[in-house]
Amino acid sequence: MLNPWLVIPVALAYLFLLFALAWWGDRRADQGKSLISWPGIYALSIAVYCTSWTFYGSVGRAASSGVGFLPIYLGPTLMASLWWILLRKMARVSKAQRVTSIADFLSARYGKSTLLGGLVTVIAVIGIMPYISLQLKAVSASFQALVLAVPEHKAVPPVFEDTAFYVALLLAAFAILFGTRHIDASERHEGMVAAIAFESLIKLVAFMAVGLFVCFGFFQSPAQLFEVAAADPQLLRLFTIPDAKAMGDFVALTLLSGLVIITLPRQFQVAVVENVSEDHIRHAAWMFPLYLLLINIFVLPIALAGRLAFGPDANPDLFVLDLPLGAGQSALALFAFLGGLSAATGMIIVETVALATMVCNDLVMPALLRLAPSHLKDRADLSGLLLSIRRWAIVGVVGLGYLYAHFIGQSYALVSIGLVSFAAAAQFAPALLGGIFWKGGTRAGALCGLSAGALIWFYTLLLPSFARSGWISGAFIETGPFGLELLKPYALFGLSGFDSITHALIWSMLANLGLYVAVSLVSSQGTLERIQATMFVDALKPAGESSGGRFWRGTAQMADLLALTARFIGTENAERAFAAHAAERGFELSAMDVVDADFVAFAERLLAGAIGAASARVMVASVAKGEVMGLTEVMEILDEASQVIAYSQKLEAASAELKAANERLTELDRLKDDFVSTVTHELRTPLTSIRSFSEILRDNPDLDLTQRQEFLRIVVEESERLTRLINQVLDLAKVEAGSLGWDIRPMDAVEVMEAALAATRRLAQDKGIVIEELLPKAPLQVLADRDRLIQVLINLLSNAVKFTPQSNGRIRAELVVRDDGILFTVSDNGPGVPEAHHEAIFDKFRQVSDKQTGKPSGTGLGLAISRGIVEHLNGRVWVESQPGFGATFHVLLPRA
Amino acid sequence: MGRSVLVVDDETNIVMSLEFLMRQAGFEVRVARDGEQALDEMAKQAPDLILLDVMMPKRDGYDVCQTVRANPEWKNVRIIMLTAKGRDIEREKGLALGADDYITKPFSTREVVERVRQYLS
Repeated sequence: MLNPWLVIPVALAYLFLLFALAWWGDRRADQGKSLISWPGIYALSIAVYCTSWTFYGSVGRAASSGVGFLPIYLGPTLMASLWWILLRKMARVSKAQRVTSIADFLSARYGKSTLLGGLVTVIAVIGIMPYISLQLKAVSASFQALVLAVPEHKAVPPVFEDTAFYVALLLAAFAILFGTRHIDASERHEGMVAAIAFESLIKLVAFMAVGLFVCFGFFQSPAQLFEVAAADPQLLRLFTIPDAKAMGDFVALTLLSGLVIITLPRQFQVAVVENVSEDHIRHAAWMFPLYLLLINIFVLPIALAGRLAFGPDANPDLFVLDLPLGAGQSALALFAFLGGLSAATGMIIVETVALATMVCNDLVMPALLRLAPSHLKDRADLSGLLLSIRRWAIVGVVGLGYLYAHFIGQSYALVSIGLVSFAAAAQFAPALLGGIFWKGGTRAGALCGLSAGALIWFYTLLLPSFARSGWISGAFIETGPFGLELLKPYALFGLSGFDSITHALIWSMLANLGLYVAVSLVSSQGTLERIQATMFVDALKPAGESSGGRFWRGTAQMADLLALTARFIGTENAERAFAAHAAERGFELSAMDVVDADFVAFAERLLAGAIGAASARVMVASVAKGEVMGLTEVMEILDEASQVIAYSQKLEAASAELKAANERLTELDRLKDDFVSTVTHELRTPLTSIRSFSEILRDNPDLDLTQRQEFLRIVVEESERLTRLINQVLDLAKVEAGSLGWDIRPMDAVEVMEAALAATRRLAQDKGIVIEELLPKAPLQVLADRDRLIQVLINLLSNAVKFTPQSNGRIRAELVVRDDGILFTVSDNGPGVPEAHHEAIFDKFRQVSDKQTGKPSGTGLGLAISRGIVEHLNGRVWVESQPGFGATFHVLLPRA
Repeated sequence: MGRSVLVVDDETNIVMSLEFLMRQAGFEVRVARDGEQALDEMAKQAPDLILLDVMMPKRDGYDVCQTVRANPEWKNVRIIMLTAKGRDIEREKGLALGADDYITKPFSTREVVERVRQYLS
């Protein structure tokens, strides 16, 4: 027994020493002379894995189940062989993405999902609660063992008389001092790592000291110890190979501990977040297993010696202290106590700092960003806020651990409590390992798997622990809830014969992994998610996507970006980091008003270190006017977004329309050009005759009278032709432009037809042609413009006269009422129109008979004008004809 | 024997005026109303010069010009194209096909006579 007034000052002095070491480590880091550049420090810091559980609990476990303590160290040892691939990848990704915790890591991998980050945080906080309680329990029990003659750790003392409560307060304060002294961008705690490594060293030396003392102080040699133990059949059992059932548990625990060596928040913190060099991982891969081997060598000897010394009823968890104490070795006992204290404090400090970071970055900040964004924007300096969030988170986490220890932990051995936490942390493994090796893993898959695994963990491990402690009715353990045998938490769906941890592990992992894979296969990834998946899975690929390959659209002012960053990490830190980054890229910070993509990405990473990836993204987006996009993101958007494809199709369609319109315009232009050219030709032809004969008349005043008369007649005739042509061109232009004056009203079609006939009868008679008229007696009301209609009919009749042969030509004019209107028909027995030209003859300057009968004396505009007029009158004009059998022109107009 | 000119045009009045002008200038004149007739006349007897309209039924002036130039027997026949289409491209096309000259309608009667004389002197 030791005087508590010796133990307490020694313990406090030791903690102060640690703090001084941490402070010095941080100072050195700031000066660029890092304490932790030696890979051994890294390996020792990973040995934070060995907590009071190892220090006290392994002996307890070994004393009751022999080699059963081993899988907890075998798993990580096996896993360490994969670190060069696994851990290196995680470290590289984390560095690139400024990951601050495992919650951040998973959130970032699955599209910077705040939901996933929050879920991981909640699971971690609840899951780690028993683990923290284990440490508190161990420290207070070891303290009591040291200072009290008769340990009374079975009783539940009132809170204020509970050693564990004061231990919790002390450790919370200590964790706050270590982990949240300042907030920096990298979220590294070099001083803390140095202190933790030192603690690992102390606990190893202390434990080995006790082991050596036991082997060589109590007995002559380890060989003698085993000899003596082997004589006791109960103890002999402890170092024999386990049977088949125990073998199953052995394998399960090996697997479990192999997983949690990377998924426990504190392991993630020291191994991934605090990693300063990938090269350290290579060394740690053999150093850490060596550490485990060394610290485990004396577990069995101490357990056997304890059993031999104190009998089967003593609490084996405290053999490490009881053996030196029993032998009167107070100094060694105190050293062992410090070793245990190191184990416990190391775990609590790193674990609470890791959890506090998670709570702050993945739970509180996203919630604040969502619930009170304006509040965040108004505060000038948020680093203070962040620090207090983390401090309260540490107090909360330790507080939860204390409550668990106080109310529940009394009924369990150390190892059993720890394993409950292990099973919880193992739930992160599928999403984590899938996340870095399988691009197909989706956010939905991770959420589903994690939720299912956590629920099963809660139901099969945490809830029963509440029941066992009497806080809820334990009936459901024995008979299942509502009497449903299949749902018994220790024999879910009838699976029995396993340890409760193995049982929970089987079901939770089955559900977790199964849902993760299944849901991932059926769900799809968002754009950001897909990019992040690629970044994580391809992290070790050489060239790849560096964080520099970013496009940033829009503009951000340097001042805004700096102010934003300063609010979270402090003005001085922000300015220093910005200046360093600018210098690295060869810029003068003060000369940069508007910053480029790279700088925005840099600021986002800086912020991610302080508030997590998801929150940092939101904050940066609020300053950057525009969007921060990765190169891959752009590629993926192009690749995936169907609306972009649809848009480009629309664009294509629009450009096709434009092209068509352009072609139409070109065609119109060409037609106009042709028209002008044709009109020019048509105008020049009569003009040529006029000019020629005028000049001939001028130059030959002595021409005889007959010839003179003939030439003058030609001049007059061609002038008339010219006039007619000009009129028709103007007419056509008017019809086409719609600027012709119209007088449309009901009128008698018979009378109109007769008027047209009267105008052309003379022309026909000159050629010896008789026009046959088939007109109804009674008037037929038609809706038309009289003058225009007469113009059309005259055109058709004169065309008929023009094309019918001399003397035997025959023309028929008809007027018929039809259902759909009044039909005017003019037929002739001329050469007819080939079918191919039935449409074309209505075009401008189309004179079908051009190449057959010589040039007719027309302008080639008559039918075009006629069609324009008829269409304006809502009618139709068309021709029916076969070459050699005459032609029949129809005009159909609406009835009045 | 006097020089001979073949006037080819589908416009009766234009043919009449050119025929008058050529006769007055002392040339022997034959006429054709389209491209086919023109080549028929050529086949009968090649003239010294052709006044050739472009826009004609059946075979147009370009066609006739090309056919004439394709026959080495007619390599000395002068061709002056006449056209009412005044665009440069038509003028160039005519010259490219082997026409010696190109006159745009309406033309000055004195100029036509002068040009024909030039080529036949």
